[in-house]
Amino acid sequence: MSVPAPAATQFVEEHPIDTLLRADRFPHILCPACGIGSVIHCYVQAISESGIDKAQHVCVSGIGCSGRAAGYINVDSYHTTHGRAVPFALGIAVYRPELCVTVISGDGDLSSIGGNHLIHAARRNVNLNIICINNFNYGMTGGQAGPTTPVSAKSSTTPFGSWERPFNLPHLAHAVGASLVSRWTVLHARQLKQTILKAMHKQGFAFIEVLSPCPTGFGRPNDRGDGIEDMRRYRQRCVIDDEAYLPDIDIDITDDTSPIVVGNFVDIDRPPFQPVLGAPRREVAKVLAENANQRTRSRESVGHEH
Amino acid sequence: MPGTVSATASTPPRVMTGEHFMVGDHACAEGALAAGLDFFAGYPITPSTEICERLAHRLPQVGGTFVQMEDELGSIAAILGASAAGARTLTATSGPGFSLMMENIGLAAMMEIPCVIVDVMRGSPSTGLPTLVGQADVFQARWGSHGDYGIVAYSPSSPQECFDLTIRAFNVADRLRIPVFVLMDEVIGHMTERVVIPPAQQIPRVDRKRPSHEPGDAVFLPFKADADLIPPMAHAGEGYNVHFTGLTHDERGYPALNAQTHEQLVTRLVNKVAVHAPEAILTEEVDLDDAEVVVVAFGCTARSARRAVAMARQQGVKAGLLRLISLWPFPEERVRDLGRRDAVKRFVVPEINMGQMCREVERLTHLPVQSINRAGGAMITPQSILEVLVS
Amino acid sequence: MSTETTQNGPVQIRIAGYGGQGVILTGMLLGKAASLYDAKEAVFTQSYGPEARGGASSADVVISSDPIDYPLVTEPDILVTLFQEAYSKYRSSLKPGGTLIVESDLVHTNGDANVAGLPASRMAETIGRRIVANVVVFGYLVGKTGVISKEAAIKAIEATVKPKTYELNLKAFSAGYARATEESGRE
Ligand SMILES: Cc1ncc(C[n+]2csc(CCOP(=O)(O)OP(=O)(O)O)c2C)c(N)n1
Ligand code: SF4
Ligand SMILES: [Mg+2]
Repeated sequence: MSVPAPAATQFVEEHPIDTLLRADRFPHILCPACGIGSVIHCYVQAISESGIDKAQHVCVSGIGCSGRAAGYINVDSYHTTHGRAVPFALGIAVYRPELCVTVISGDGDLSSIGGNHLIHAARRNVNLNIICINNFNYGMTGGQAGPTTPVSAKSSTTPFGSWERPFNLPHLAHAVGASLVSRWTVLHARQLKQTILKAMHKQGFAFIEVLSPCPTGFGRPNDRGDGIEDMRRYRQRCVIDDEAYLPDIDIDITDDTSPIVVGNFVDIDRPPFQPVLGAPRREVAKVLAENANQRTRSRESVGHEH
Repeated sequence: MPGTVSATASTPPRVMTGEHFMVGDHACAEGALAAGLDFFAGYPITPSTEICERLAHRLPQVGGTFVQMEDELGSIAAILGASAAGARTLTATSGPGFSLMMENIGLAAMMEIPCVIVDVMRGSPSTGLPTLVGQADVFQARWGSHGDYGIVAYSPSSPQECFDLTIRAFNVADRLRIPVFVLMDEVIGHMTERVVIPPAQQIPRVDRKRPSHEPGDAVFLPFKADADLIPPMAHAGEGYNVHFTGLTHDERGYPALNAQTHEQLVTRLVNKVAVHAPEAILTEEVDLDDAEVVVVAFGCTARSARRAVAMARQQGVKAGLLRLISLWPFPEERVRDLGRRDAVKRFVVPEINMGQMCREVERLTHLPVQSINRAGGAMITPQSILEVLVS
Repeated sequence: MSTETTQNGPVQIRIAGYGGQGVILTGMLLGKAASLYDAKEAVFTQSYGPEARGGASSADVVISSDPIDYPLVTEPDILVTLFQEAYSKYRSSLKPGGTLIVESDLVHTNGDANVAGLPASRMAETIGRRIVANVVVFGYLVGKTGVISKEAAIKAIEATVKPKTYELNLKAFSAGYARATEESGRE
């Protein structure tokens, strides 16, 4: 640059998270105003604050724009096949339980083609941190509908608007047994990083949904404007409610005044999946007790007025 | 390691040294244990279920990890993950499950993650004959995942070979950093015969090549192959910050989506197996010295073929057997040589499929190749092979 | 049949009954005894096909002094049937001149010549438990045909059954074996 820097500006050689990104892979492939970069940022920030040796962090992705995350993060990283990030990560996490294994992938990758692995890994409470980047569509392949596409949303495979009921991912994750369930948007960078940190230190299955703008695949066909507009919407619509009644937190895109409920919804302790010889009595008792607890909680929450 | 349980006096040892009367599926599981299996992930399917069950019982007792996955897609992914973290890994399945595994078999080839996959072949296609024999997955094992890559496949003809070849499969997988298949058939998987398990120190072990650079050494390129075309393998959690991807990648492991990198990578993946073929190929030859008719057979069919060759000799027909112990790489040189011999007049290829390995023989010789095919469900009898030999 | 007629070739044995009669264990014991304790070759297979459903169960063993190529039983030299259906189904597969053993309380042979029958379940009850009827049959088969040695058979039992049931099984084997040798003494 030819413009001299103002005297007060101090140049530093390195940003603290530089070593956590594969700078030699930049420029990245993500579109301008795509939300995925913010998620990557929160994840590496969490790594640097985790107090866990960098060499102990492993990042696994599936296929998709979100699935490219693993490729930009400078820890041991595995960019696997579409839908199989969770079982691949299970292999690592179960064989090397001391490692902190995080899966970053898309809504389609994790809940459509990989949906079966997601529910079973949650049921088993495998010690994994799942960061599910939900952009309501298949971004990578050019904006098709998926299991998270909201009712009425247009996409290249729902040209007249989708009429399928989408997944409410936090509700799903909770129902199938996740120990930690949260939803944030890329606007909530600080909260997201905190939740990722919490997941890193939690033994068990953590599911974090991150709503993320995809101006190319979802924004354009639905007249949502660019990513900035999505951020504005997040700011206007998001309501933090850790106590939210999960069956009620579907996202409605037809009404921009309706709330988007975010928060840390579930944080329970269940014994994490660890294949051992026979089920230790104590653990069995814990699992049964937790199941009973959960039933009570569900009954109570069903009784609530919402 | 997880799942470790302190062994008690009554716990059977990892290597069950001694003579056993053992079913093929169990012998395969014991071979895996003897080879140092660390991690098994699988989903039950006849006729391979006994492998899964045996390991569910045995593996945790010797400090290994057994996981019954939600499906075969998960099983293959999990063993790749564990192998990437340094484990010796196995899955076992049969036709329908094998089909589900195909995509990630390509991932294993592309990421060069070693693993062993057992397919106990039953009557197919589709659900076919779950409890009855077939040998029709041999081309699927070679070509089943999309694209070009190299693999190795063994086909045992006895429970003893189920044991021996499973050990070999692990060693070849680690040596070449590839998926290796043990293609059993239902008859072999379900037959019980004597299996001799040697002392633990006599079990051969070849480990993966590991990086000689320290973690953090910028010179280390995780996908830069040595002269033997095999790159040393760094595992998750060692500090190398490796990147593994199924995308076409350069020597750093980074995606490089262009024709030139692709050409180099795929060529190496194919050649790596080709140049090491002599180490991987295994055959047995019976009465080939003066043979005029050469039978080429594998798995349970090779047992019938051996009988048929003996019967033909009694009737004055100079028959011989080339038994394929490894199916892939195919012993091309050997078949070519046999085809060039003056004495040899024809080949006979019996197999429980509609004509697969006979194509391999056909492309290597100008001599007549007679195939004997059964769709599946029953063994080919010695008599039916004999008829062709004496005709 | 006698062992002399088949000494040079493989001996094929089929044991057929219904689930719970222990035919698989009997086949297993036979093969194990031959292969591990008699220095012979043996292959044991069982029917897995759809025909194996519905209660029927059969165990096939091939025993030979030479390596066995073809592992399956096609024409048994020795056929043991423990219930009527098995008899009807497999009687015709028996090699001419082969040995036929039946559970005489459960199988009517309608004047079939050369049938060796024994009331194995009743014998087992007298010994203590009906469940060891298959081992009575095993003893009888060994005594009658000599296809494996008595010593090998006992070693196989010892190596296979739970230690606390060994005595009972040994008694069952001996009862069957004794009956066979008594019969041949009478002959
Ligand atoms: C087996 C298989 N089927 C289909 C594809 C094509 N494909 C690649 S990414 C993708 C969708 C990704 O969507 P999502 O996980 O939501 O990620 P995003 O791109 O939206 O971040 C599809 C269908 C594939 N790679 N593999
Ligand atoms: S298509 Fe969507 S998700 Fe993919 S990079 Fe572009 S904006 Fe991001
Ligand atoms: Mg998406």
